Amino acid sequence: MAVCEEKKQDTRIQRIASSIRVVPDFPKKGIMFQDITTLLLEPKAFKDTVDLFVEQYTGRGISVVAGVEARGFIFGPPIALAIGAKFVPLRKPRKLPGEVISENYILEYGSDCLEMHVGAVQPGERALVVDDLIATGGTLCAAISLLERAGAEVLECACVIELPELKGRGRLNGKPLYVLVESH
Amino acid sequence: MASEGGEDPRLPRIASTIRVIPDFPKPGIMFQDITTLLLDHEAFRHTIDMFVERYRDKRITVVAGIEARGFIFGPPIALAIGCKFVPMRKPKKLPGEVISEEYSLEYGTDIMEMHVGAVQPGDRALVIDDLIATGGTLAAAIRLLERVGAEVVECACVIELPELQGYQRLGGKPLFVLVKAA
Repeated sequence: MAVCEEKKQDTRIQRIASSIRVVPDFPKKGIMFQDITTLLLEPKAFKDTVDLFVEQYTGRGISVVAGVEARGFIFGPPIALAIGAKFVPLRKPRKLPGEVISENYILEYGSDCLEMHVGAVQPGERALVVDDLIATGGTLCAAISLLERAGAEVLECACVIELPELKGRGRLNGKPLYVLVESH
Repeated sequence: MASEGGEDPRLPRIASTIRVIPDFPKPGIMFQDITTLLLDHEAFRHTIDMFVERYRDKRITVVAGIEARGFIFGPPIALAIGCKFVPMRKPKKLPGEVISEEYSLEYGTDIMEMHVGAVQPGDRALVIDDLIATGGTLAAAIRLLERVGAEVVECACVIELPELQGYQRLGGKPLFVLVKAA
């Protein structure tokens, strides 16, 4: 990348990073919550976020963008629209009507479940998984499993924010991860 | 399923991509499923374009989308018209300081929350959800926005269930929909 392009990219990343608000002790004491709602209040920062993902994924034959409920629903659709892909919502249990496939995954305490519609994704499709943030990688891992069970090839996972200390990057079944901002 | 007007050639395609699931979430309900619309890239694009064309010259400064399907349609509209997107959420999802509004369900009540400081007095707001049924959810969103001094310009949904007359519960605010489901 030419130096001037790098500078433009840095400016956009800086603006994005500075628009994210950290809320201490949410949802419980000790957690520094990365709040992207303040990014959504800055049209330029939100546009830059989507543009950076679109630049990364245009022309790579991606036919499906899967977004994880609920904040993945905010970032996934604009990317899908821009790159000409369909958008598939991955949801908590019992939200999707009709026939679904389910994938259980482990939380810090207990477990949860992610669902996808049967028939939304066809064998051989190339997929991108989008969420606002990757922490331990458990949710994204479940998302990858759902897509692979339907016969899709997951190209990459994309998040606005990564919490690198939680090492989620290494839990994605070998799939690459692309993020805009790391939070330490 | 009838489409609104019928002059715009994009509407039949949009309407045809919506799937009806009987007896969801409970017996007797014909659920209007927009996920099949999202699988048709052109239909999804047309849906967003029709909203953007309507609102781009109305000096909208905030699009408020109702969790969770309002999060799918709201942000592309906000991005296209260059304004803020504000998520209206179920309780305890938004971090930091919120204001809450209780609203009625068929049985019982629910609560909708919005961040303090997201919307300023004088902001011109558009409220988005995938569907209007009884109008209770949209009415709660309107109240939250008005409590912080915004002006709600219009409510916009992909689908309306006209028999439930939700448009009457919007405090006089206008409603724009693409598809009416009989």
